Amino acid sequence: MSRFIERHPIWSLVILLAVACLAWLIIAVWPPGLEEAVGRKKVFLSAVFNGITLGGLYFLVASGFTLIFGLMRNVNLAHGSLYLFGGYVGYGISTATGSWILAFIAAFIVVAVVGVLLQLLVFRRMEGQDLRQTMVTIGLSIVFADLMLWAFGGDFYQIQTPAWLVGPVQLPLMTAMKSSGEAVFLQYPLVRLVIFCGSVVIGVLMWLALNRTRVGMIVRAGVDDREILAATGVQIQLVFVLVFALGAGLAGIAGVVGGTFQSISPGEDTRFLLASLVVVIVGGMGSIPGAALGAVIIGLAEQLGSVYIPTYAIVVTFLIMVLVLALRPQGLLARR
Amino acid sequence: MSLIQEARTREGGLAARGAVSQPAAWSVTEHPWAWALAALLLIMPLIANGFFLIEIFGTTLILGTIALSLMFLAGYGGMVSLMQLTIAGFAGYMVAVFGVSGNANISLGWPWWLATPTALVLAMLFGTLGGALAVRTEGIYTIMITLAIGAAFYYFTNQNWAIFNGHTGINTIATPHVLGINWRTDIAFYYLILAVAALCYFAVLYLSRAPFGLALQGVRDNPRRMAALGFNVNANRIAAYAFAALIAGLGGVLQVWNYRQISPGSVAVERCIDILIVAVVGGITRPVGAYIGAFIFVILRTFALDFLVKVGLDGNRFRLLIGLGFLVIVLFSSDGVIGLYERWRKRGQAGGARSRPGGHGHG
Repeated sequence: MSRFIERHPIWSLVILLAVACLAWLIIAVWPPGLEEAVGRKKVFLSAVFNGITLGGLYFLVASGFTLIFGLMRNVNLAHGSLYLFGGYVGYGISTATGSWILAFIAAFIVVAVVGVLLQLLVFRRMEGQDLRQTMVTIGLSIVFADLMLWAFGGDFYQIQTPAWLVGPVQLPLMTAMKSSGEAVFLQYPLVRLVIFCGSVVIGVLMWLALNRTRVGMIVRAGVDDREILAATGVQIQLVFVLVFALGAGLAGIAGVVGGTFQSISPGEDTRFLLASLVVVIVGGMGSIPGAALGAVIIGLAEQLGSVYIPTYAIVVTFLIMVLVLALRPQGLLARR
Repeated sequence: MSLIQEARTREGGLAARGAVSQPAAWSVTEHPWAWALAALLLIMPLIANGFFLIEIFGTTLILGTIALSLMFLAGYGGMVSLMQLTIAGFAGYMVAVFGVSGNANISLGWPWWLATPTALVLAMLFGTLGGALAVRTEGIYTIMITLAIGAAFYYFTNQNWAIFNGHTGINTIATPHVLGINWRTDIAFYYLILAVAALCYFAVLYLSRAPFGLALQGVRDNPRRMAALGFNVNANRIAAYAFAALIAGLGGVLQVWNYRQISPGSVAVERCIDILIVAVVGGITRPVGAYIGAFIFVILRTFALDFLVKVGLDGNRFRLLIGLGFLVIVLFSSDGVIGLYERWRKRGQAGGARSRPGGHGHG
């Protein structure tokens, strides 16, 4: 961090100022002039919270994508299909058993198994041919999308939020001051906060696993140079299978989260594939912290954009991608 | 770019070597099939009725032209761009926005001879800017960036009402009337499509042997060496994107004249991927592959429903068929149907054909 400040003093200042501005906007009671110009603070705060929690969901999808890409150089364009499949599995389990937690576990396991099968049966046969692998994932995504359309139809499914998570919770953030001097606090759905905390925990666990364990060390070494790693006697095929299982399983979990947040339907696979692509391009390919940063940036841009400039919201997301590609083509937090 | 490289090596080394033997490509004796096909395409209106003429052959040629732009980028430049359909769709939208359509609040009502060139120029600009973004990174990243551009454009057309009229799109787009001919009547439109497709096809063939095309193929095979030789690698690549955008834009203009309406569904991500499927199934190393792939695709799309119902399956599983077919091609023949055909032909005349050196023609 301090090295970054030393090397890019101006950028650090800009980032610091932006963060300070955002913090002031969130914490302070807005003066009337600002409310007139931008709209009510409550709208802004909800958009920020929606953006950050959506960022959590994007992180779950994109971290698996970036992990698979980083280690295997496999641009898994069927990742969106894995997300959607996880959502359907979670929906099936939660309606059958009524348990939300069980839906997560089942979605993780089932989608991870699909990932293992993909790696063992398909991608292992064409190692090192990244374009061909990508083509295969495109073909697979078409086949999966149609199979799921066949099995589940074009309906919208929403996963039932468990009773203990339903309802809003009051946050210690003032949205406005009543004329009587009484403060009005922000009400926000508890389930979104819990899910966001969950994705932060998953992110931290992944970071710890990658940076503090032996398997993580192997994976990181594989990201850097898998030939040398294989030459040192590590069973790299096993590592590949494990990473693919983890990445796919995360997409499955994300599917359940998405099904609870919003809903799942055909077409969501493309949406989340695009989200993971942009997140990973912005954050840096193969980097987990990059995926986290990119996810929050894209989530915020999307939500704030759809509140303040609804018909051009996607352009904001796109401009962020363009800006990153122009200034730092390898992504914000990529090492290479 | 393993897929393309693999196909290349199978073809027998650098394309530049194949290009040397090109002058013979025009003789009737060397390529009887190509001449027969050309003649057949020319007299098609005598044989086929309106449905076949436009829905099958016209659509094939339009789709093939858009796929040709991808083939040019991927086959000669090693850049697999998934935004070619987006460029075509953008050109179509621009024709609708600048020209005359049923949505008078959006369309500016320019005559076609002004609106169409404007649309093409804007499409080229779009393609060039997108290409300039995509060449910032290399290889496999190109797919990701161009797919992101395509998807972003799709969502943008969906949510923007001021220019693109949201998810309803723009309807009843006017088609040109020149020299007293309505160019959207079946036969005139067929010849228009055929002329544009032939123009694009031969332009790509010509460029593949012109200095620019050879430099592009050099950049594909070894960018470092080309840079050391004094070529501006990125400029070459961006120029390729610009040229491909022109071809895709022409295809897009024809497409919008064909359907007379355009909506976000026409630029959806699945459509973008369809173009890749068309080019890969036909054979991404040769220009003619784009048209062969398009023909197969259109035939499947048109008749798969009847066929599936006839064999007792659900007729809606057309995309499953397409996806599986694509998977089979990618897994077993990296240079598509052409590659299959050529391997079959080689096996047929094993040993006998050694006398013919170097490249194959462009059937």
